[in-house]
Amino acid sequence: MNVTGQDFVALLPLLIIAATTIVVMLAVAVHRSHAVAASLTFLGLAISFASLWIAASRLPRHVTPLLMLDGYALFYTGLIVAASMVFVLLAYTYFEKFEGDRDELYILMLVATLGSTVLVSSSHFVSLFLGLELLSVALYGMIAYPRRRPLPLEAGIKYLVLAAVSAAFLLFGMALVYGALGTMEFGEIGARLAHTSFDRWLVLPGMALIVTGFGFKLAVVPFHLWTPDVYEGAPAPVTGYIATVSKGAMFALLLRYFYQTGASRQAPLFLVFSSIAIASMFAGNILALLQNNVKRILAYSSIAHLGYLLVAFQASGDFAPTAVGFYLVAYFVTTLGAFGVVGVLSDNTKDADSLEDYRGLFWRRPAVTGVFTAMLFSLAGIPVTAGFIGKFYVVAAGASAAMWGLVVVLVITSAIGLFYYLRIVVAMYGNATHAKAGPAIALSGTLTLTFLAAALVFLGLFPQPLLALIRDLALG
Amino acid sequence: MILLCLILIPLVAGVLAWAVARWSAPACRWVALIAVVADFVLTFVLWISNARAGFATWFAQVDWDWIPQLGIRFHLARDGLSLLLLMLTFFLGALSVLASWREITEAVGFFHLNLLWILAGIAGVFLAVNLFLFYFVWELMLVPMYFLIAIWGHENRVYAAVKFFIFTQLSGLLMLIAILALFFVHHAATGVYTFEYQDLLGTAMSPKAEMWIMFGFFIAFSVKLPVIVLHTWLPDAHTEAPTAGSVILAGLLLKTGAYGMLRFVLPLFPHAARAFAPIAMVLGVAGILYGALLAFGQTDLKRLVAYTSVSHLGFVLLGIFAWNSLALQGALMTMICHGISTGALFVLVGALQDRIHTREMDRMGGIWSTAPRLSGAALFFALASLGLPGLGDFVGEFLVLLGTYRQSIVLAALATIGVLFATFYALQFVQRGFQGPNTRNWRIPDLVPREGLVIALMIAALLWLGLYPRPVLNTFEPVMARIEQLAPGR
Repeated sequence: MNVTGQDFVALLPLLIIAATTIVVMLAVAVHRSHAVAASLTFLGLAISFASLWIAASRLPRHVTPLLMLDGYALFYTGLIVAASMVFVLLAYTYFEKFEGDRDELYILMLVATLGSTVLVSSSHFVSLFLGLELLSVALYGMIAYPRRRPLPLEAGIKYLVLAAVSAAFLLFGMALVYGALGTMEFGEIGARLAHTSFDRWLVLPGMALIVTGFGFKLAVVPFHLWTPDVYEGAPAPVTGYIATVSKGAMFALLLRYFYQTGASRQAPLFLVFSSIAIASMFAGNILALLQNNVKRILAYSSIAHLGYLLVAFQASGDFAPTAVGFYLVAYFVTTLGAFGVVGVLSDNTKDADSLEDYRGLFWRRPAVTGVFTAMLFSLAGIPVTAGFIGKFYVVAAGASAAMWGLVVVLVITSAIGLFYYLRIVVAMYGNATHAKAGPAIALSGTLTLTFLAAALVFLGLFPQPLLALIRDLALG
Repeated sequence: MILLCLILIPLVAGVLAWAVARWSAPACRWVALIAVVADFVLTFVLWISNARAGFATWFAQVDWDWIPQLGIRFHLARDGLSLLLLMLTFFLGALSVLASWREITEAVGFFHLNLLWILAGIAGVFLAVNLFLFYFVWELMLVPMYFLIAIWGHENRVYAAVKFFIFTQLSGLLMLIAILALFFVHHAATGVYTFEYQDLLGTAMSPKAEMWIMFGFFIAFSVKLPVIVLHTWLPDAHTEAPTAGSVILAGLLLKTGAYGMLRFVLPLFPHAARAFAPIAMVLGVAGILYGALLAFGQTDLKRLVAYTSVSHLGFVLLGIFAWNSLALQGALMTMICHGISTGALFVLVGALQDRIHTREMDRMGGIWSTAPRLSGAALFFALASLGLPGLGDFVGEFLVLLGTYRQSIVLAALATIGVLFATFYALQFVQRGFQGPNTRNWRIPDLVPREGLVIALMIAALLWLGLYPRPVLNTFEPVMARIEQLAPGR
């Protein structure tokens, strides 16, 4: 199959990210400078983001059987690139205090971003695996980047081992499905599942193994065990990146995969996903209650949030695509904001992650506390924040499909969830036990957090433009 | 537009007060006071100007698109019911700003920001006629209330604040499910996606669905009201909150629950509500008796007043579900008068605690000899609370009993026993707290002019409601008549 000039135009956002990787690498080889590396990365991502509008005119098109570039891919590419830009700003603020070489982080991040964009456009097992490995391998490096500190190193190795195992599961699953159906293309898999006779006992275990692989990346119960340790160990901005870009890309892929193959309509898989959703909502919210470490609390909370997302994913009605899209955007903004706050409060020896670090914060830093409070309220789904509209849509999606059991579990567990969000809030507004002034916050951090808080409130009050965009760019 | 102003004034003034507080705390208090008084005057003018036209229909509305695909609109409207409750909101709002003039010394700006935003949220609840918007403001008003309790409350504030927040959030989410269920039922019946109150009225649905959806709303409002069994957050929250917080909780937040019953539960689900009415009435009577008994057993003054709320709001629930015009009018009258008399009691207890640093009745006694004005006022409002004729509370409870009598003589008789219990706790409140010998030699300043003004205004309002309730009754009479007509099977 020939690749034409038109295809290159459609691929432009991805190509620009790849080119930026090389440019930054060369720049680092010539002269090491944190500011230059970060700005080049940011610039490259910004150009890539701008090129989405050029690419949009050539859509939808298949570029080789591997990549399907449509409105859906475009939307998630945009989301991932935007989140990566936020990451660059947060990472710049965070690593400015870091002693050692800082530039390579941006190269790794660009590779991971490229992998994520491949994932959201992939319509074939090969591109799926390619994207996944690009993402994972870069993430090992990013997690363990402050390699002289024990916690990040431990987290990096833990992630490496488990990710490699889960990739093996995924590969084996793909092999089984290929063995039964003779194709690796999502659309073709869907057609053969619907119209031909096949060996159920190859396909079902294959699908189960694939779900395992996905489940690991999404950190849903029972594949979540790595999450708290990695979240705690990784530097705060990187944690934010894992929680958003890596999970978001994977969820977008999950949606496309099951939409195109139609596999989620198979009764056993529906049951599996329902169980995973319920287990994630309960385990995430209940285990978070037992934590005293803010990053671990956020880790468990993210497990619960993926559970909520799975409820919308299951609904598969009019509301589901909008619900998932909006919820992911809200989750991106909120999570980046929350880890951004943790990042700007951290110093070069240790992340500000124990609950004690936040006690009485309001009386020392009202602005940062305001941002963090807004982020926590958004996670809890309180009005005026994006999280409220997101939760509203997820519940609406569940109700539209009459999945009352899942909806009620969602409601009950999110009420449990309130408790640990409020714990952080209470600590922040409580009386100061030790009123030591923290380090001054760099301009990049202040601007990014302001932007995220503004986006959070804007989406909470005026969701209409984004909802319309998601509807235009939905799958199908 | 004037309706939008009612919400915007406190919102903007809140931010302004916060900004001003950096330079001067008194200026911040004045900003807050002026804003709330301005809102009160606006509402009052609306009331006077509408009085001639009657209060049967919706007035000047604000109606903007918000999320058009789902029929979500920013839609505010008012009728007699909302107008009266708005007046109560801003009346008590102004008094709670005055009441916290000396009490709050820490983070004054942030305090007034929260106070004003609660008022804005409550105003939103009374004005919203789109169910999505209603849910939005319903949840929103909790956040500043939570901060008010958690930051400026008393000893056990964090526990009380978290309990309050989780109770109301969980019940709110149940209401969200019910709202969405109603929304989809309506869509299935008509093919239209809408959250508009007017459109959802009279939605055809199966009795079973109606019952379930009604429960979702009922539980959410029951937690706020509070109905017995779901009331456990109330004593904690009321006791631990600062004075202004207690006044707003008892005077206004509880009323949003009753308002929700009147506005949504009865009109949207008349058949289910009718079928459920006997149980609700029994719960109401149980609340009356239980609240009065527990109030009698308290030694903490604030807790005592908190439990009287459970008792009085039992009358409101009873009146609403007795569902005839007398009972409904009585319920509304009780809502308003309870707001004022209980608010006043909280102001007085707050003033006393400010002076003697305790709320324990055992450590009081003999206050009358050193602070006669304060004690006299306490006696006045205790009498109002036990239903002395000539004061507003009497009118309300009397009408409720009269209306209930037509439905069930037994329940009316039991509820009357509740009035008797009220005598016990009210007299105990006065006797143990204020009368008797001054064994502990309390020497405290009496009410200062600012406090005196607050109390005088509340006394005047209660006397007016008790002696000449006609204008108030006229205001919501058409609304109540409309609700009464909805009652099936008559």
